[in-house]
Amino acid sequence: MQEYDYNKTHIIDIPLELAMKTENLQVFYGDNHAMHDASLEFPRHRITALIGASGSGKSTYLRCLNRMNDRIATVKGKIMYRGMDINTKNINVYEVRKHISMVFQRPNPFAKSIRENITFALKRNGIKDKNELNKRVEESLKAAALWDEVKDDLDKSALALSGGQAQRLCIARCVAMKPDILLLDEPASALDPISAAKIEDTLMELRENYSIIIVTHNMQQASRIADYTAFFHMGHVLEYDVTEKIFTTPQIKATEDYISGNFG
Amino acid sequence: MNSKTSNNIATGVIYFLVACVLAILVFLLGYILITGIPHVSWHFLTSSAQSFAAGGGIRDQLFNSMYLLVLTLIISFPIALGSGIYLSEYAPENWITGVIRTAVEVLSSLPSVVVGLFGFLLFVVNFHMGFSILAGAIALTFFNLPLLTRSIEESLQDVSELQREAGLSLGLSRWKTITGIVLPAALPGILTGIILSAGRVFGEAAALIYTAGQSAPTVNYGDWNPMDSASFLNFMRPAETLAVHIWKVNTEGVTPDAAAISSGASAVLIVVILLFNLLARMLGRWLYKRMTATK
Amino acid sequence: MDEIKHDLQNPSKATHQDLFGKGITYLCIGFVSLLVISILYFITTRGLATFTTNHVSLWKFLSGTNWNPALLDKHGNPQIGALPMIVTSFSVTVLAAVVATPFALGVALFMTEIAPEKGTKILQPVIELLVGIPSVVYGFIGLSVIVPLIRHSFGGTGFGILAGTLVLFVMVLPTITSLSVDSIKAVPMFYRSASLALGATRWQTIYKVVLRSATPGILTAIIFGMSRAFGEALAVQMVIGNAVLMPHGLLTPSSTLTSQLTTGIGNTTMGTLPNNALWSLALILLLMSLVFNVLVRIIGKRGALKK
Repeated sequence: MQEYDYNKTHIIDIPLELAMKTENLQVFYGDNHAMHDASLEFPRHRITALIGASGSGKSTYLRCLNRMNDRIATVKGKIMYRGMDINTKNINVYEVRKHISMVFQRPNPFAKSIRENITFALKRNGIKDKNELNKRVEESLKAAALWDEVKDDLDKSALALSGGQAQRLCIARCVAMKPDILLLDEPASALDPISAAKIEDTLMELRENYSIIIVTHNMQQASRIADYTAFFHMGHVLEYDVTEKIFTTPQIKATEDYISGNFG
Repeated sequence: MNSKTSNNIATGVIYFLVACVLAILVFLLGYILITGIPHVSWHFLTSSAQSFAAGGGIRDQLFNSMYLLVLTLIISFPIALGSGIYLSEYAPENWITGVIRTAVEVLSSLPSVVVGLFGFLLFVVNFHMGFSILAGAIALTFFNLPLLTRSIEESLQDVSELQREAGLSLGLSRWKTITGIVLPAALPGILTGIILSAGRVFGEAAALIYTAGQSAPTVNYGDWNPMDSASFLNFMRPAETLAVHIWKVNTEGVTPDAAAISSGASAVLIVVILLFNLLARMLGRWLYKRMTATK
Repeated sequence: MDEIKHDLQNPSKATHQDLFGKGITYLCIGFVSLLVISILYFITTRGLATFTTNHVSLWKFLSGTNWNPALLDKHGNPQIGALPMIVTSFSVTVLAAVVATPFALGVALFMTEIAPEKGTKILQPVIELLVGIPSVVYGFIGLSVIVPLIRHSFGGTGFGILAGTLVLFVMVLPTITSLSVDSIKAVPMFYRSASLALGATRWQTIYKVVLRSATPGILTAIIFGMSRAFGEALAVQMVIGNAVLMPHGLLTPSSTLTSQLTTGIGNTTMGTLPNNALWSLALILLLMSLVFNVLVRIIGKRGALKK
């Protein structure tokens, strides 16, 4: 693979209201410096895509945003959310994750019924009222475009769902918590094209009410759904701009090579 | 000798060895059941043991075994669960964890007679408990803890890491994620582990002869007050179990029908343990099915 | 807005739950660790009393052949030579392992190389059943079948090392088998395909490739089996004869460390020399159990280095 100049970057500021941003975010796995100085801003109620080859650090970066890397890596730098740096010791990570929720690459429904998958965390957060719970179940499943498929089977085991359905249930599970920001780590990569397309439609709907940050290695997907796109390479963010610009007139050589399929 | 001949001979030898092992098992089970079952009667199961006369039963020993098993599980399960959760979920990767793991391993490889003697020294002698069910249950707990801890840890480890991430990403605490999500998913494995350990506890004798003692005083099965010394629920009375009884009638040799009693008691012991094994398999399978089934 | 800020900066129910959970599990594992430490401590201090309080020389204890702790010999020294029991314990342990290993390997190879599916289906329950049979039942069968059989075939009482070996061999068989199965299964499949592709027969492949690479694992299995045999008490006690004599062959009654312990502890008074001497036997058992543990570790490390 060709060496690129990591000092040459093109990163824009977002001219909109921000959902969150990072300043000089660095990640270390032991001695391994996995992410260098990532400073990005994420707009509110838009979709931002993080693209790059595997091992470029995009998933690592995403997992920092709601502190899912706490146990496995050292994360330095600032993660600003609502005017606070949430990457500090005295921040309550459990509260952070209620506002910044995450959907993973492989569907991971709980070994419980479909209904309980959604209500489990809600109940633990003090929502006891049955009507309210049922309302949340229906709302969130509708938001994830799953309601029509499962509304008669809410008490069946979620492990019996197909991969695509299970992933949408995982999205519904997050949405039911009414978070502010949704982080998605290659949510469609383990799915067939039809299920993947459904997930994309779902995300476009959710964009109205949620700020979405999605990691994907599928460039078509990024160009279809994202408003802004960041390009990651070897632990560096090299380019960040409006999606259209990234795919039509990239400013950085590495980006250009990547989107034209020269590596990755 | 060419390679083909040696191949055939070796295969033959392996078949022969396997046949021997099968024959041994068939002989063992056959011997116990064929010589034992004829001695098992309602009278045998419901009358008390005789020291110097023939015709004694195993009522008290059978009850003691069950009672000790229940007490042992009540004491050991919570501790094993906590330790299993620690090792699987919380243990950091450092030397302290290494030492703890070694300690658990050492405990599991200690001869049960040593564990029994420790129980004897600490509880029977130092704490003046005397030979008692409680001392026996504690000794059995020590014997059972490392095995149960290990099986719980393994069951928890078998639950995918994705489940933990899912719980945490919803803002649940680690503890709630473990108890509400990981633990239920690991339940089939944990239950199987408990039942299999119950079988081991039920047949254990070496750890008991100097803790629960070798005598089965007559107890009153109508007295439900555990504080009462004659009550069958009393913790502080000596309690000879079925396994200890088999050992004792064979080594002391004062009971005239020792052989008959031992074969009967062995048959009962084996049948109970076989049932435990069967139950463990079926329950594990059933729970797994229920969890993944479409209702 | 400020409410969220407050939530984010302050501990919540979840934080407390986590502290609570951590506390409980730390307590449990702490208890287990403490237990191990106290077992080691109590048995060690008790076991050393023979040498510290009663001033018996360690060498005499380990090399003496007369065991009669209550009596003094003609020089006025207590007769506590543990050698007969040490020798007997090691004899039954090694012999049981020697007899069991071929059977265990045969079964393990059958389950992994010859008929993996059918073999596992039939033999896995067989192993589990053998593990499940309680040791007193093994002892009882030894007493009522093996001892008379030896008596009729070879004369003598029938009690002794041979009877002990035969009982222990069946008891350690499942341990050695199941651990061998694990280590043979761990040999990568392509080793076998490579060997077979070169024209080797199945046995050549098993012998030269599979068993070779599984050797550390099989050794570990044998040591675990020996550890179980060495510590087994009641089954052996029922067939060994319980005479504290230097064994003169496989057929004379003798006594192992465990059998002497189980027979003796109840008949001696706490704190007296005969009692202390028994605790010293327990200490030997404990130390040997640790030695077996260390051996397993060393083999594990060696095996890991080779790969």
